[in-house]
Amino acid sequence: MSSNYLIKPMSMALDMLGRISSSEHVNRWKLREPALKLVYQGMRQSVRIGNYVQSRYMAPKPLDHDKILKKNNPPKKDCFDLTLTREQQMVRDELLKFAKQVMRPMSRDVETNEIPPEFFSQVNELGLALSGVPESIKGAGTVRSPVSNMLMAEDLAYGDMSLAIASLAPLGFVNTLTEFGSRDQQARYLPPFTEEQFFPACIALMEPEARFHVDKFKTIAVATNAGFRLNGIKCMVPLGTKAELMVVFAELADHGPRGFIVERHYSGVTIEKERNMGLSAAGMSRVVLTDVEVPVSALLGEQEVHYSHQRMIDLSRIGICALSLGTCQAVLDFVVKYANERIAFGEPISNRQAVAFMIADMAIELESMRMLTYRAASRAEQGLSFHRETYLAQLMCAQRAMQVGTDGVQILGGHGYVCEYPVELWYRQLRAVGILEGTFVV
Amino acid sequence: MINLEIPKKLRQVADMAHAVAEGMFRPISRKYDRFEHAYPKELDMLRSILQGMSDGGSGLGADGLSQKKKGKSKEIKNGNNMAVVLNMMEICWGDAALALTIPGQGLGNAAIAAVATPEQKKRFDGKWAAMAITEPDAGSDSAAVQTTAVLDNDEWVLNGEKIFVTCGERADLVVVWATLDQSMGRAAIKSFVVEKETPGMKVTHLEKKLGIRASDTATIILDNCRIPRDNILGSETIDTKKSFAGVMQTFDNTRPVVAAMSVGVAKAALDLTCELLSREGLTIQYKGSRFEIPAIEAEIYRMEAELEAARLLMFKAAWMADNGKPNSKEASMAKAKAGRVGNEITLRCVELCSSLGYSEEHLLEKWARDSKIFDIFEGTQQIQQLVVARRLLKKRSKDLK
Repeated sequence: MSSNYLIKPMSMALDMLGRISSSEHVNRWKLREPALKLVYQGMRQSVRIGNYVQSRYMAPKPLDHDKILKKNNPPKKDCFDLTLTREQQMVRDELLKFAKQVMRPMSRDVETNEIPPEFFSQVNELGLALSGVPESIKGAGTVRSPVSNMLMAEDLAYGDMSLAIASLAPLGFVNTLTEFGSRDQQARYLPPFTEEQFFPACIALMEPEARFHVDKFKTIAVATNAGFRLNGIKCMVPLGTKAELMVVFAELADHGPRGFIVERHYSGVTIEKERNMGLSAAGMSRVVLTDVEVPVSALLGEQEVHYSHQRMIDLSRIGICALSLGTCQAVLDFVVKYANERIAFGEPISNRQAVAFMIADMAIELESMRMLTYRAASRAEQGLSFHRETYLAQLMCAQRAMQVGTDGVQILGGHGYVCEYPVELWYRQLRAVGILEGTFVV
Repeated sequence: MINLEIPKKLRQVADMAHAVAEGMFRPISRKYDRFEHAYPKELDMLRSILQGMSDGGSGLGADGLSQKKKGKSKEIKNGNNMAVVLNMMEICWGDAALALTIPGQGLGNAAIAAVATPEQKKRFDGKWAAMAITEPDAGSDSAAVQTTAVLDNDEWVLNGEKIFVTCGERADLVVVWATLDQSMGRAAIKSFVVEKETPGMKVTHLEKKLGIRASDTATIILDNCRIPRDNILGSETIDTKKSFAGVMQTFDNTRPVVAAMSVGVAKAALDLTCELLSREGLTIQYKGSRFEIPAIEAEIYRMEAELEAARLLMFKAAWMADNGKPNSKEASMAKAKAGRVGNEITLRCVELCSSLGYSEEHLLEKWARDSKIFDIFEGTQQIQQLVVARRLLKKRSKDLK
């Protein structure tokens, strides 16, 4: 291993350390010390596994996803295990703190007002998108870990699902590119995510159809002499209001569904903010593509990797399941506290089986959702097939997440229905779990 | 590191269990369902096979269940609790009623393994032990047992009536729950080992049941039944803080096993349903919108997801026991989930297969009868919900009744 590889991540980490320690936000939110730890850990890890990463991203021949994941994430032991790695635990602690102290208090305000730019700077300091960018292009990406990505989504959604979606949208773009992009595409489009400024990007997958399905896009890509011409309408595009870059999915004749990198300024792209039941704050947008010309190089999965639409969809479904876990956990924790404090007929309502059993079932079903989601992600990470597991996880989450949401409101009664408490907001957000596609790719 | 796959080491033994289930249980499954109180002699041979496998460290027996004490090693283990639930799941895929009556694998064996002294373990080694808890007036409320134990001349004198004793007629030993002093409540409840043929203990009735018919369910009368003083499991003293919790801890270890039974039977039903439906042209491919695919296919996926959830909750609870993590809440979660979805799935499978499901030509109707018990014994669905709720809400039993 050349010493060069050792020095690069190290100097990058030192650079990041400097930036973080001088940051106002970090100090204000008492995140300074943990942030330092995080950087230390990241550095240690990058030194340790720099080797793997180099071999992956510099690979000259076609990449085989599963083989790479297998190689990069060798299971430490052939053993059923539910403990997080030390790194994952540290990130979890940090993100949960951010979720509780920063995101949760903002969640009402951002429903009507724009997310303050300050929030995105804070998100950038957490290094979410950075963590997905390979080191070879100055990112902090060590190994590609669907499990770590899943955990991040779970933890951030504990704070607020809309803000979590907005925060993670760039990482979703980055992960899509590291998954299916060529080295040239990665080298061209990923560097902005390593900068000091938050760089907004996202993927645009859904379409405004009642019977929309991920296998049948109405958005069409036609091959031209210079590249491709895109026409169609995408909706529920997270962070669409801001995104500079997006991967737009369209039906390419004779090829089926494919992804195209679209820059915001391309002519024929119009973006309009959408309002919806509970996720407006995520910058959900409608993107209209009218004769948008993109170069040949915009097509994903053509050069070094084969594009697999199933894989793309599955990785994004794990992301949505993960988001639902965080928000459901928020509901459960809130309801436990409320039911213990709320007095009716002279005692806490939680003393009644009718209430207590509902809460027990919420916990049991949430844990069911979690186990299915974790299994899908861990299989993806180990390079095992994960389509069936993802399909089942999504099925479970789509149904049970809404059940948790509606039971949460029910337990609070009238108080659940008013905006004084967050439960009605979570109810509105959880309705999206069975609908969303392509929001965050793990 | 998060990994929810079963290690190869455990899978190999589970494959053997599966072979036993398929080769030995399935062929006699219908027979002993029909002849309810006939003793399945075929299982005597199995006793030695299982003993061999168990001694070989396969973790096939209930006696291997115990909470691992926190050791020095921080290394994550997949031990006996996981092996037992995995193998039980496979065995019950074959036939749960026969699994319940495998010689030497009674619930009493789990209790002996959990609390017996080394001397007792030696004395009762290799014997088949049933468990007698329920009474006509004490079901889920096991703290209300009225059977009494009185010390007299260095012997315990037991009096009372026990019902629903699984293997009560066939076992060599019966572990009996009795109270030393009813006024002292649950702390005074102790368990006692009574050997078969002890004067004063008599099997008076065998139940006819909805399902698990191959397994005998006995009523036992104890009438001035005298047993040696050192046949008490655990301490003789009444410690209001500890005693009952100790007795209940057996449940933390056995509840995931009952979850495993439920999952195994439901898996059997779902497997056969898929097979019967595929003969009639149904394809399973996990594709398409869940609203656009045929309803019957969507139903299969839904059941598969529920079953998978129950299976993973079961493994989680067993994994916690293997690694010395308190798992009372998780054990109850697993049993609650597995009990209800197992029953729901087996019933739905009968419905989906219509007359084929309802007919005795296949085993679907039998599994739908068998599976109901898993949502009842070792704590009903509602008892599990109570345990989970108390843990979540940090309630004492006097507040959340």
